[in-house]
Amino acid sequence: MKTFIACAALAALQLFSPVAQAEAAKEQFFPLLVYRTGPYSPNGTPWANGKQDYIKLINARDGGINGVKLSYEECETGYATDKGVECYERLKGKGASLFDPQATGITFALTDKVPGDKIPLITLGYGLSASADGGVFAWNFPLMGSYWTAADVLIQHLGKKEGGLDKLKGKKIALVYHDSPFGKEPIPLLDERQKMHGFELIKIPVTAPGVEQKSAWLQVRQARPDYVLLWGWGVMNSTALKEAQATGYPREKMYGVWWSGAEPDVKDVGEGAKGYNALNLNTSGQSPKVIQDILKYVHGKGQGTGPRDEVGSVLYTRGLVIQALAVEAVRRAQERFGKGKVMTGEQVRWGLENLALDDKKLGSLGLTGVIRPISTSCTDHQGSTWVRVHTWDGKQWAFSSDWYQADEQILKPMVKAAADKYAGEKKITRRTPAECQS
Amino acid sequence: MGPFLETLIGGLMSGMLYSLIALGFVLIFKASGVFNFAQGAMVLFAALAMARFAEWLPALTGLDGKLVVNALAFVGALAVMVVVAWLVERLALSRLVNQEGITLLMATLGIAYLLEGAGQMLFGNDIYKIDIGLPKDPMFLFEQTFEGGVLVSKEDLYAALIAAALVAGLSLFFQKTAIGRALRAVADDHQAAQSIGIPLSRIWVIVWSVAGFVALVAGMIWGSKLGVQFSLSLVALKALPVVILGGLTSVPGAIVGGLLIGVGEKLSEAYLGPALGGGIEYWFGYVLVLVVLLVRPQGLFGEKIIDRV
Amino acid sequence: MFYRENGQFKTSYAADSQILPIRQDRIGMALLLGVAFVVVPLLSSEYLLRAILIPFLILSLAALGLNVLVGYCGQISLGSGAFMAVGAYVAYNCQARVEGMPLIVALLAGGLGATVLGVAFGLPSLRIKGLYLAVATLAAQFFVDWACLRLKWVTNDSTSGSVGIAHLDVAGFSVESPAARYLLCLGFVVVFALATKNLVRGHIGRSWMAMRDMDVAAAVIGIRPMQAKLSAFAVSSFIIGVAGALWGFVHLGSWEPAAFGINRSFDLLFMVIIGGLGSISGAFFGAAFIVVLPLVLDKLPYWTGLPMDTATASHLALMIFGALIVFFLIKEPHGLARLWATAKEKLRLWPFPH
Repeated sequence: MKTFIACAALAALQLFSPVAQAEAAKEQFFPLLVYRTGPYSPNGTPWANGKQDYIKLINARDGGINGVKLSYEECETGYATDKGVECYERLKGKGASLFDPQATGITFALTDKVPGDKIPLITLGYGLSASADGGVFAWNFPLMGSYWTAADVLIQHLGKKEGGLDKLKGKKIALVYHDSPFGKEPIPLLDERQKMHGFELIKIPVTAPGVEQKSAWLQVRQARPDYVLLWGWGVMNSTALKEAQATGYPREKMYGVWWSGAEPDVKDVGEGAKGYNALNLNTSGQSPKVIQDILKYVHGKGQGTGPRDEVGSVLYTRGLVIQALAVEAVRRAQERFGKGKVMTGEQVRWGLENLALDDKKLGSLGLTGVIRPISTSCTDHQGSTWVRVHTWDGKQWAFSSDWYQADEQILKPMVKAAADKYAGEKKITRRTPAECQS
Repeated sequence: MGPFLETLIGGLMSGMLYSLIALGFVLIFKASGVFNFAQGAMVLFAALAMARFAEWLPALTGLDGKLVVNALAFVGALAVMVVVAWLVERLALSRLVNQEGITLLMATLGIAYLLEGAGQMLFGNDIYKIDIGLPKDPMFLFEQTFEGGVLVSKEDLYAALIAAALVAGLSLFFQKTAIGRALRAVADDHQAAQSIGIPLSRIWVIVWSVAGFVALVAGMIWGSKLGVQFSLSLVALKALPVVILGGLTSVPGAIVGGLLIGVGEKLSEAYLGPALGGGIEYWFGYVLVLVVLLVRPQGLFGEKIIDRV
Repeated sequence: MFYRENGQFKTSYAADSQILPIRQDRIGMALLLGVAFVVVPLLSSEYLLRAILIPFLILSLAALGLNVLVGYCGQISLGSGAFMAVGAYVAYNCQARVEGMPLIVALLAGGLGATVLGVAFGLPSLRIKGLYLAVATLAAQFFVDWACLRLKWVTNDSTSGSVGIAHLDVAGFSVESPAARYLLCLGFVVVFALATKNLVRGHIGRSWMAMRDMDVAAAVIGIRPMQAKLSAFAVSSFIIGVAGALWGFVHLGSWEPAAFGINRSFDLLFMVIIGGLGSISGAFFGAAFIVVLPLVLDKLPYWTGLPMDTATASHLALMIFGALIVFFLIKEPHGLARLWATAKEKLRLWPFPH
């Protein structure tokens, strides 16, 4: 018993020792908030692997960013908000460049903290839709899309399928969503579109984590909607597809958001998910140049983070893209604040606001075909809303539509109104153009 | 009428599946007076073991044929659960013999965390498949009478039959075999049972093994339905109201409770849900149980609690 | 040698019935409060304050509330997460809807809101006992989880379902810095701990303990079960509600209902059981154990020097956590508070063996 107490005391003491500044002066530090355990881990793990592999690639292939090597540390959050906050507090002191919380709940908690700590948050394709407005959300970057742009594109696509948005009148669209802020985000936009086009929107919530969905799908069967939009994460997605199969709802009529359309969601349903469609922000597969580079420089040297056949999967590539955009932001910041120097969070934020990746630049990064050009600004923290639909054929994903962009006519006013509301509640003043130059 | 029948049948099937898990709770409580909060983790552990063994066996032994591989995986997982039962009894239960109910409850929660962590560390935390050949497509009955027919899920039907068979088997086990009688004796009075020579610790190992077997069957069926992944342990939370409704000490109560909760949940979600915005299924079962308990504080079939002053 | 009552004579009833009768205890407590109020905020790093001490204080407050219900009154409750959630949301609504609402008032209003829910869900305890009551309280947990997501007026019509707090300040003093937040929480904890200690020493506390030990006998000698049980639920949920409001306002800043889920309820129950049922200091020991242990365990696998990925480390941490809980329950079922009490008993004789 005495030795036990002694060990415990020693362990606790370690905890209270000052956080060591790990060579922060020489390396660009990327804290990686991940969840490799818990109900969302099948989707969170490839995402985390993609991020880590890209950092290793930049170090191995390029020697860092203009000579500054990248360092990282993973912290397990398990998708829980309080663990995310603890990880954030622990890692921010090590010179964090930016954070990608990988979870909407943690994003909400950190959105309050980052203005004080001056560290940007990348929330690519998730988080608060209103945070696209950089005038109010100075430190949030929902790059490449948010839930409103996703819902918008889905309605556009359904309209195209029907032969025109006006043909949606009288149709039934059901939204099967994860009962949490993540799942509820698209509802305001869908309501807006419903008013415009006259379709019937049926909202069917699924209690988190979405393990038992029989009632939801019996409701779907009884309502007989023309389309079902799936807004889930983690195990909810595969369960939804299995229940859809069990209740006989045609999978071809199901459309998922980009977080509901990856391999973990359909792999174990296999043929049962054939015909299921989902949005995808990036490509998948092992042919893009950057993937080939990773296989050569990282996995080829036995440094790969996850299994080799996971490289190039949808979520892996998405994590890779997030990290690539982060690295490009640092590179851009270096152009202004000093090449070869380590960038602070504030400087990285400037880089994130001044991203201008055209086809040529994407090509030099090996990202040709993976994503479309993206350019951000002080007021536009989203940068691009290009997205496509892909379909599962029983064995793999294949793109089945053209590129869509969200309709700015509808989104701009909604985003501004929501951002103004947030600013009013939190007593934030909109940034002036002068402040943008800092 | 058609939708109502569909929801009713769906609820009955769901209920049978819940009672599969509830059985494990009832067994352990009946025999050792411990409310085993680790049942959900046991379901997960057993399902993970079976899923992974089914995956590894063909690679290791070159065996093919779904039936053989699944059968061997089942046996292997059962062996693992027996070992777990033995360890739990030896290391935890035997040392907590005379503690209060709440201490034992907390101990089983600790065991639940241990099993969850161990299961995922040993077997991995991706989504794994259990394929025992249950048909995935639905069947439609009475297509002439009702538009679109009444949907009955074939998978759930098979699962319900398996659950019924399990219950019948367990009831026979308790009533007819010597070990069953010994288990009932231990449930009645530990000291009296010991005084007539029934070895307490061996009985507990047997009980936990049988509960492990029930967990394995439940895990196999739920795993085949949902895929084997961490969230499987959360299904136990949906089975708790079943246990309480039926009464903690009654095996038929677990079935009746399951059917009632299943039907109640699904019907409430379908007819009450839209008025309240949906998603009420989770708490409706618990509120239903609460209301029943107010009338019958020991559940429908539970033993009346007698307090002696 | 040092910890003895020798020479300390009580000359008044008040002196005899004080909370800390031994002078060394009083000195120790004064030192502890001094360190807590003065030394700790000055010397601690921001990480220590924000990620360890503030959660520790808020959770010990919640554990205190739960101990009243489970430890002193013997009613097992698995719905404490729901009470925290109600406290947080009521406090948020008070602050968001009423212009210029003082922070302390909002937090206390949160507690009152939780009290209403607590009494409502405490009514079944008059009929239902033991494990059946535990599962019935889960109804509260899941119902509140659902209500916070579905009922728009709970989140003040927030489109995303998530709520956040603007700037915090108490009577004009800004409470934004970690040290200020820490002191706010510490103030609440000290006041509530003192109040609770006095409650349990008084006739209400004795009626609770009578209900816990043998409720039929207590009814026989004239203690009204309804008053005793409902007052326990009321006091307990008030404290837990205030703790929930503090958790949302001070620690998280912005939250969704999942922050107060069933895992939180289990955590609180663990704190109470491991800390020691039926003791005020037990709440603190338990909270320290549950807050600090996972952080230590997360780092532990890396000290073995073996290369390990975060997933395995987390699983290992979970396993060790579960094993330690079982270990503690076997070694000392009455919790860390009993260990501490035993240590103090030994200290009275030290350096003599008996």
